[in-house]
Amino acid sequence: MEIVQHYLYTKEHEWISIEDGVGIVGITEYAQSALGDITFVELPKVDAEVEQFEQFTALESVKSASDIFSPMSGRITEVNEELSEDPGLINRSCYDKGWIAKIEVSDMDEASNLMTGAEYESYLESLGRGGDPDSDE
Amino acid sequence: MNPYIANTEHDVRAMLDVIGVKSIDALFADIKPAHAPRSFDLPGGLSEFEVMERLRLLASKNTGALVPFIGGGYYDHYVPAACPAIIARGEFYTAYTPYQPECAQGTLQALFEYQSGICTLTGMDVANASLYDGGTALYEAMMMAIRITGRRKVVMDGGVNPIYRKLIRSYTHNLHFEFVETPVVHGQSDRAAIAKLLDKDTAAVIIQNPNFFGTVDDHADIAELARAAGALSIASVYPVALGLLKTPAEMGIDIVTGEGQSLGLPLNFGGPYLGFMAARKKYIRQMPGRIVGETVDAQGRRCFVNTLQAREQHIRREKATSNICTNVALCATQASVFMSLLGKQGLRQLAQLNLDKAEFARQELGKIKGVEVKRSSPSFNEFTVSLPKNAADVVEAMIPRGFAAGFPLGRYYTGMDDYLLVAVTEKRTRGEIVAYAKAMAEVLA
Amino acid sequence: MKLIFEKSSSGRQGFKLPASDVPLKATLADKYLRKVPAELPEVSELDVVRHFTQLSQKNFSVDANFYPLGSCTMKYNAKFTEKAAAMPGFADLHPLLPQLKGGERYVQGALEVLFDCEKWLAEITGMKAFTMQPLAGAHGELTGIMLMAAYHKARGNKKKYVIIPDSAHGTNPASAAVAGYEIISVPSDKKGGMDIDKLKAVLTDEVAGLMMTSPDTHGVFNSSISEIAALIHAVDGIMYYDGANLNATMGRCRPGDIGFDVVHLNLHKTFGTPHGGGGPGSGPVGVGAKLEKFLPISRVIKRQDGSFALDYDQPDSIGYIASFYGNFAIILRAYAYMLLLGADGLKQTSDHAVLNANYILSRLKGHYQAAFDRICMHECLFSASRQTERGVHAIDIAKFLIDQRIHPPTVYFPLTVKEAIMIEPTETESKETMDVFVEAMIRADALTKTDPGSFHHLPLTMPISRPDETKAAREMNVNFFAPKA
Repeated sequence: MEIVQHYLYTKEHEWISIEDGVGIVGITEYAQSALGDITFVELPKVDAEVEQFEQFTALESVKSASDIFSPMSGRITEVNEELSEDPGLINRSCYDKGWIAKIEVSDMDEASNLMTGAEYESYLESLGRGGDPDSDE
Repeated sequence: MNPYIANTEHDVRAMLDVIGVKSIDALFADIKPAHAPRSFDLPGGLSEFEVMERLRLLASKNTGALVPFIGGGYYDHYVPAACPAIIARGEFYTAYTPYQPECAQGTLQALFEYQSGICTLTGMDVANASLYDGGTALYEAMMMAIRITGRRKVVMDGGVNPIYRKLIRSYTHNLHFEFVETPVVHGQSDRAAIAKLLDKDTAAVIIQNPNFFGTVDDHADIAELARAAGALSIASVYPVALGLLKTPAEMGIDIVTGEGQSLGLPLNFGGPYLGFMAARKKYIRQMPGRIVGETVDAQGRRCFVNTLQAREQHIRREKATSNICTNVALCATQASVFMSLLGKQGLRQLAQLNLDKAEFARQELGKIKGVEVKRSSPSFNEFTVSLPKNAADVVEAMIPRGFAAGFPLGRYYTGMDDYLLVAVTEKRTRGEIVAYAKAMAEVLA
Repeated sequence: MKLIFEKSSSGRQGFKLPASDVPLKATLADKYLRKVPAELPEVSELDVVRHFTQLSQKNFSVDANFYPLGSCTMKYNAKFTEKAAAMPGFADLHPLLPQLKGGERYVQGALEVLFDCEKWLAEITGMKAFTMQPLAGAHGELTGIMLMAAYHKARGNKKKYVIIPDSAHGTNPASAAVAGYEIISVPSDKKGGMDIDKLKAVLTDEVAGLMMTSPDTHGVFNSSISEIAALIHAVDGIMYYDGANLNATMGRCRPGDIGFDVVHLNLHKTFGTPHGGGGPGSGPVGVGAKLEKFLPISRVIKRQDGSFALDYDQPDSIGYIASFYGNFAIILRAYAYMLLLGADGLKQTSDHAVLNANYILSRLKGHYQAAFDRICMHECLFSASRQTERGVHAIDIAKFLIDQRIHPPTVYFPLTVKEAIMIEPTETESKETMDVFVEAMIRADALTKTDPGSFHHLPLTMPISRPDETKAAREMNVNFFAPKA
């Protein structure tokens, strides 16, 4: 499972990469592969204020929906508009072109609530085999 | 043993042996003696013949003999024989929700065609695969507008079917919405009242066309008022009338619902009916219920699947767009058969026939002394007349004369005790209409 | 296969309308008229009949195929009930007739059917009273939760939460949420039942009630049900019974006797009415004495003189939940079904439903991992975990069965069991049919050992192979007339 070592991670499988007080947020390789082909990204609103670990958007795949939680608190400054036309971008490039939103981070201390790349890697191992996202009644 | 169980005593013994228990009772060991029924006393155990005889007797206690001039959103249209014949096919009616698309293409394509039919009828971009009935569909449309706008006030025109309005009030009782009704003036929506109520908290304006009084309107101006306030416009419509009438799309309406009973379904004493819903494409993700979409299979052949399932309860659970699980697939299929039989010209002709016969009936009633049929705006196949007497009493007096004479508006509208709502479909002959007017004249004399 | 719209030929019409016999032609002003006609297909009656007949032949159905779809109770639908529902005295009846002054006289037969159905369902479930109005199972759930809310409001209770086991149908949390409650999910224990310690841990005075399916979706009857009911009642909570699985316990146990306060049933599951390709259904709701006064308007009553009437004067009622009296033509089918079976027939129904499920469980548990190794009720639950290790998933086994002309069981539900395969044969299937199914399942398992790769292209014999669901969800082509993405 691909992990970018210098990003920070949540237990819900979001990543954030912070530079000059602005964090770029996306979902991890683990999350995109568990979801399968993503069919829709509900883009958050620019200028919205989000709290750390609060739901700020959602993704849909064919047979599942997944809430996305913000890794840190702050104001949303930009969203990845390309995802509305091409949600599969997250499947193809989850750590780069498939980013979801940029957040102006309001409290850098919150970073201590997140996992480093190495910590996330062992977290994934502790989860064991990933669940199958398919569900149908 | 009852005829729907195949197991013989021999089978039962063989199966119990495989299971490794001595009796069927042993399979119920988890149900403790304390859980046993305190009673289980039911009539029945009849043969098929005896049940049918009993039902025939019960059916005969209902009236079949009244000539109906009663509508109120539910109409006595003719149902072409091909409609029940097709949905009587076991392959349609004994299947379930198409969870496995490879062995359910019949249901899926039929529903895709139904959705397309509803779209061309209303002019809208997208439709779902049906909801329970016209009333619950309107409630779902209102909830959809609340989700889309994030606002919590709804303005409802008093011309919307009063039963739908009662139903929506019950459903929203525990939810914190502001729900305002506007009066009907001269049979029409009160534009000034609606405009005054529309504000930044308003999620939707809900209207009906033709409205409960039968009035045909062009609600384009109300749709525009809603849009200017950032609210959505919702219209409940009568599909047969759309054979002629301006479509909700042409009026700029955002979400359309309606009762599809008139599309080839029997009256059935209230159900099952067909709730349809259509909307602009940008709102599809907030639409409740099942939606069938076109795609291709592994060989690139066109096929159909349930799509956008991530909105639904079996995935989203408490975050779903609605708690709805089933649609009314069989009723939707029946409506689709009806729309196909009538076709482009037939539906228009059917609507014209309804319009003509209703107009004839209105003129005949207008000849009776004391009956006022004047109106400030047109109607389709149902219209309101004022009588010189209490309308409920008049209807009661018309029953022994063989007519269900209409619906007295006083039941749902205060101050309208003398008003009668009269419906005339293509099934009413000139002779029946003349006889009806004659009986009415006698009752009023 | 072409769409009906693609078979259209200008000038054809599949239905002959009567000529107008009135001496006028009415017109409406242009502003009220549509500019172009609806583009409905122009086809002959034969075109329509052949089109839909050919469509129907692409479906699996109970009439043609074994359909062991777990949790859906796909039993045989007796033909005479269809005939009953089509009787003119019922089918032509206008729903507003009884609302006319004196109009009740003209719908006595229909009201009697409703009255009797309420009474019989109350006896079957041990409840005090019923409403036949809810139009489907989920609609019944919503009604039931609204009754729960009305009860708490009348008592001045401040309630916030509804407790739901993790094995529940998705409609349970969705219905409770639509009615304004927050959901607390309680996990199951190792034997598949509700974990009582976990229940106690979340139980507070703010709990409005508990929604339970009994037997639950694991196919297990919870022996501790009375203890659970006592816990919920101790906080003045309401016990809600989801009747999805009533087909297992008729004549053996009644929810009203074991502590449930409100129930919803699915006539299209337990009472033999057809599923219709996904509706219409019917979801009547029954209540114990403490909830009766909140039942929806109107109530069917029997007067002293033996006549029937509709009572709209219900000051404590939750109000209107349906436009009329329920899906009457569906109710009529269930009425006919109950009259034929009677008490003995209904008990036999449950006995054989449970026998059949246990037979399949016993025959397959050597080949598939049983989710819970115990006697089951009317459905048995497996996990395709062993097969998954060989690269074959539950969905692949489902597609294998399609090629054997068997409708697959429910897969991936309940969510609590990985790779779930949930099999509900119902009482109406014969041992021979189940043997054919079991042999097919065993062949599928054998094939996972010898040629697991062969599953991924299945089914091979259907009109289509596996559809591209991602394309459908991304492009959203749901209307023939819309410009294609």
